[in-house]
Amino acid sequence: MSLAIDLRRLRFRYGGGPWVLDIPELTLERRARAFLFGPSGSGKTTLLGVLAGVLEAEEGEVRVLGKDLASLSGAQRDAFRAEHIGYVFQMFNLIPYLSVLDNIALPARMHAGRRARLDGAGVKETAALLADHLHIGDLLKKPVTELSVGQQQRVAACRALIGAPELIVADEPTSSLDFDRREAFLELLFQECERAGATLVFVSHDRTLEGMFSRTISLPDVNKAVL
Amino acid sequence: MLVLDLALKSLRNRAFSTSLTVGSIALSVALLIGVENVRVGTRDSFSNTISQTDLIVGAKGGTIQLLLYSVFGMGAPTNNLSWDTYREWAEHPAIEWTIPYGLGDSHRGFRVIGTNEDFYRHYRYRGGQEIALAEGRAGSGVFDVTLGADVASELGYGIGDEVEVTHGIGEVGFLNHDHMHFEVVGILDKTFTPVDRAVYVTLEGIEAIHFGWEDGAPPMPGEEHTHEEVLAMDEIEITQVTSFFAGATNRRDVLRLQREINDYEDEPMMAVIPGVALNEMWQGIGYAETGLRLVTIFVVLVGLLGMLVSLYTSLNERRREMAILRAVGAGPNRIVALLVLESVCLAAAGALSGLALVYALLSVGQPLVEAQVGLFIPIRPPGVIELLLLCAVVTAGFLMGFVPALKAYRTALHDGLAVRV
Repeated sequence: MSLAIDLRRLRFRYGGGPWVLDIPELTLERRARAFLFGPSGSGKTTLLGVLAGVLEAEEGEVRVLGKDLASLSGAQRDAFRAEHIGYVFQMFNLIPYLSVLDNIALPARMHAGRRARLDGAGVKETAALLADHLHIGDLLKKPVTELSVGQQQRVAACRALIGAPELIVADEPTSSLDFDRREAFLELLFQECERAGATLVFVSHDRTLEGMFSRTISLPDVNKAVL
Repeated sequence: MLVLDLALKSLRNRAFSTSLTVGSIALSVALLIGVENVRVGTRDSFSNTISQTDLIVGAKGGTIQLLLYSVFGMGAPTNNLSWDTYREWAEHPAIEWTIPYGLGDSHRGFRVIGTNEDFYRHYRYRGGQEIALAEGRAGSGVFDVTLGADVASELGYGIGDEVEVTHGIGEVGFLNHDHMHFEVVGILDKTFTPVDRAVYVTLEGIEAIHFGWEDGAPPMPGEEHTHEEVLAMDEIEITQVTSFFAGATNRRDVLRLQREINDYEDEPMMAVIPGVALNEMWQGIGYAETGLRLVTIFVVLVGLLGMLVSLYTSLNERRREMAILRAVGAGPNRIVALLVLESVCLAAAGALSGLALVYALLSVGQPLVEAQVGLFIPIRPPGVIELLLLCAVVTAGFLMGFVPALKAYRTALHDGLAVRV
């Protein structure tokens, strides 16, 4: 089975600016729980953008789940992301004008490939099941603006997990939570990734969580662009 | 469908700015369609000032001038036709009826028209409506006067009041025919046409006030006819008319009749077809129309620009939303589609509410406008023009939607999944 992430000689920069990423090699096996660590400005979010196929590497090879992203067109990368990747942001994860249920269901409605991964279950049922797993089953009908930050992050996790994508990318999803809630949130996230057989890339600048992961990647160590 | 759902929910989420935008587009569209309706109404009521008359005949001159003094009571006639000529044409086999008009005098600023019973019998306006009396009877005696509705109400005249007639058309004639007294015997129903602003006497009455004026100068002292002398006459000979309206026996003969009249050799005269001449006249004042329409089109553009501004300024606070949509797999094209669709929805909602507003205002305002201004604005189902306007507004909304959409497209590509400032 191919690697979940396989980067070779990756270089990226915004426009004609300085190099933001310069990674000779970075690999991650499937089903890993990776802790991607680095101070602000070390290119964490940019790397995630490249992995998600939103940003295009200027040089090098980017293989995600065995797929060479450079060989895909922009639209194909969008489709690939929709089908295979779940993404959780640091905060403000939710579309304010959609209900909790609609937010969770969004990826499945966005792309038929993701819908096809629901194993025949309905979008609503799957969303409700996930919400139950993350203990927010009673919030489905609520407008997202009425949720606490912790609840919002769990809704975002549900959205990333719906349709069981192979790769879950989480960009500091716990930084707005207090410590106890961080651990509880992570436990739930691990559980669901386990259940779905997904690879998790978890980004943070906070090393206190490091011990909970199977692997730690220090971005300043792999990214030569950071001096 | 997802994008449409997102667009509608996003608009609903910003209900206040959405309703402001829709409201401003609605108002501008209502103005545009309202002006269009008023224009059609004005035009209709203008060309319906006189109806069922096939020809207006007068001394040779300008066609519009003939129309102005015969129908609208404006301007001065240059010349008269002789009574004999008039009678000759009145008895022409192709002419079914005529209404003779003797013009040139006024009463306290209102035109005095000398005519006969044919006026009450044959004159038609606005789609064939007849002249009707509100009070009294149609004048038939030498000193009988029938008043248009506005004349009676503005001057406060009633049946039995005495009226003096002034030679000449000015507000205050300098030579009053005040040795003869006319008496109000009838008041006409309001027609919302120039008929309301005229004073009707008989052709004999016109002759009577001009006794002794044959050479164009006031009668020499001692040569004036007194009221009693005129009354004592058996018959007053009518010598001339200014113009006459004619109805053809057969409408197919109208053009031939017109040519025949224009070529008449015994006296220089001309005939105009009212519809054609009214059209010609309307085109002359059409510049104002075009100007008005241009202004309203600009108002609509301003309304749409308001929408553009509101969508554009909302983009910054929506960058998060765009990043989320990108993260769950929306391509930049979907972002563009979302914003264009929002713009189209706003424009369409604005256009439809504008249309509804016009009909609401029309149904309330139509009777008021008719009573106050005498302008009848017909309430018609939306026609081709309205549909074209609505399509144009929605198309403009579609095109304008690309401005914020392309901006969002660039931002989305640049931001990736983070929001960069």
